[in-house]
Amino acid sequence: MNAYAKPLPAINEQSRPYWDAAKAGRLELPRCDHCGAFHTYFEPWCSHCGGEGVHWERLSGRGRIWANCRFHKVYFSGFETDVPYNVAMVELEEGPRMVTNIVGLKHDVLDEMPIGMEVEAVFDPVTPEVTLVRFRPSKRTP
Amino acid sequence: MALTSNRKDSVAVVGVGMTSFGKLPDHDATSLGIWALRNAAEDAGLSLADIDGLCFHRLADYQKFVQITALSPRLLTVNPGAGRMLGGTMQIAIQAILSGMLDIVAVVYGNNGSSAGARYGGKGDQYGTSADQLWFPYGMSSPGAIHAMAFQRHAALYGTTTNQLAEIAMTFRRHAGLNPHAVMRKPVSREDYEAAPFICEPLRRLDYCLINDGGVAIILTSGERAKDLKQKPVYVRGFAQLSRLAQGELPEDFGYATMQSVSQRVHEMAEAEREDIDALMIYDNFTPTVLFTLEGFGYCPRGEGGSFVEGGTLALGGELPTNTSGGHLSESYMQGWALNVEAVRQVRGELGDRQVRDAQLVQYLQGGPLSTSIIYGSDQP
Ligand SMILES: [Zn+2]
Repeated sequence: MNAYAKPLPAINEQSRPYWDAAKAGRLELPRCDHCGAFHTYFEPWCSHCGGEGVHWERLSGRGRIWANCRFHKVYFSGFETDVPYNVAMVELEEGPRMVTNIVGLKHDVLDEMPIGMEVEAVFDPVTPEVTLVRFRPSKRTP
Repeated sequence: MALTSNRKDSVAVVGVGMTSFGKLPDHDATSLGIWALRNAAEDAGLSLADIDGLCFHRLADYQKFVQITALSPRLLTVNPGAGRMLGGTMQIAIQAILSGMLDIVAVVYGNNGSSAGARYGGKGDQYGTSADQLWFPYGMSSPGAIHAMAFQRHAALYGTTTNQLAEIAMTFRRHAGLNPHAVMRKPVSREDYEAAPFICEPLRRLDYCLINDGGVAIILTSGERAKDLKQKPVYVRGFAQLSRLAQGELPEDFGYATMQSVSQRVHEMAEAEREDIDALMIYDNFTPTVLFTLEGFGYCPRGEGGSFVEGGTLALGGELPTNTSGGHLSESYMQGWALNVEAVRQVRGELGDRQVRDAQLVQYLQGGPLSTSIIYGSDQP
């Protein structure tokens, strides 16, 4: 079996719930105890209200492509045979934006993943410990 | 009184110095900084020993620097090598002079990025909060990718095209052709632009700035002291900075609100309007940045940066000559510093073929979520 060569997240105690949830097929993010803002970082302090303390909440996994690009240059080992590959920022329907890849495209070109397109989360176990949250075109889209 | 105005005792640039640019493997960043400072001191007609403050940017080995130059600075600071730290570095220098704490301060920048194999992207890249967990596993990294995404949003919202980006790349390259110091001087055509490989699509190699070695130094002193020195003083008429990252690297307004705040303050301090500015020096790490910056600083209506740059607006002889040295795209990637030198030299009127006629006020603009602007002028406010 080939070792997984791409970067893996350096999971710490603050981020472990995110990765545990992903492994179980759920998208969860930390949410501020005070103002309810979702965070896309794992420190317990809120950039929105300045409060301290978060709890974890499940999100729907539905959202829209907010920004997109396609890498032709290899910045990390493991991507040598993937280039060109896409990266998107998806704005979840609950508000926060996440960096991800869009899967399930025919030709894997940017025209197939325009800004505004509806997408939904899929859970991609890349190692026994790590499941990445990627997105595919929403099945609800006609 | 807060330093929101420099009327009391304005600050002047009295010396500028640069190394040659390109691949300079015999020098580290510190050595490049020393080389640049020696040139700046000569330009100012000062000896190194006259300098009583040193504000370093990117070059980190202050010990070696101070040892070899035999300086005894009463101010010594080091800012890390992100272009955004230009603003903070200048602020320290300017305030040290305005407060009367120091007489002559040098800001010194050294960058051996080419020889040291600097990469802007990949493991250890500084763009992106929690990037090691939430970006890198997806192959996301690099300032270039963020600017590719920002451009895609701009294109989706306003219909901006890569043809308009090509215009910027071609214009700045034409300027570099008039600058013997520039690293890339061969003109590029639209066909060359389109033939350049994608780095992070839709951006191509010619949308990216250079990576090269070099150093830059700028010597500042009070308006009072500047009168007795060799060069015609170039005054720092306005300065403003604002750093905002609560929305991350890619704010949904392309940094517009941040730049608007900087813009308002820099013009207010300089007591000069946009119409009074004779040339712009824009931090052009990527071609889309130029559009976002022109919009953020109000040089064109919001969303119209693309059409604004068409038809030679930014070219020498155009409505708003910009990056007359070739900028980061074609002259040299000195993280803003060489553009500041170009601004000073435009005001001095010493640039020959690429001189903007009768340039009295030249504005340096650094856009994005961390924004800086400086207005240089020939007269005291
Ligand atoms: Zn909060």
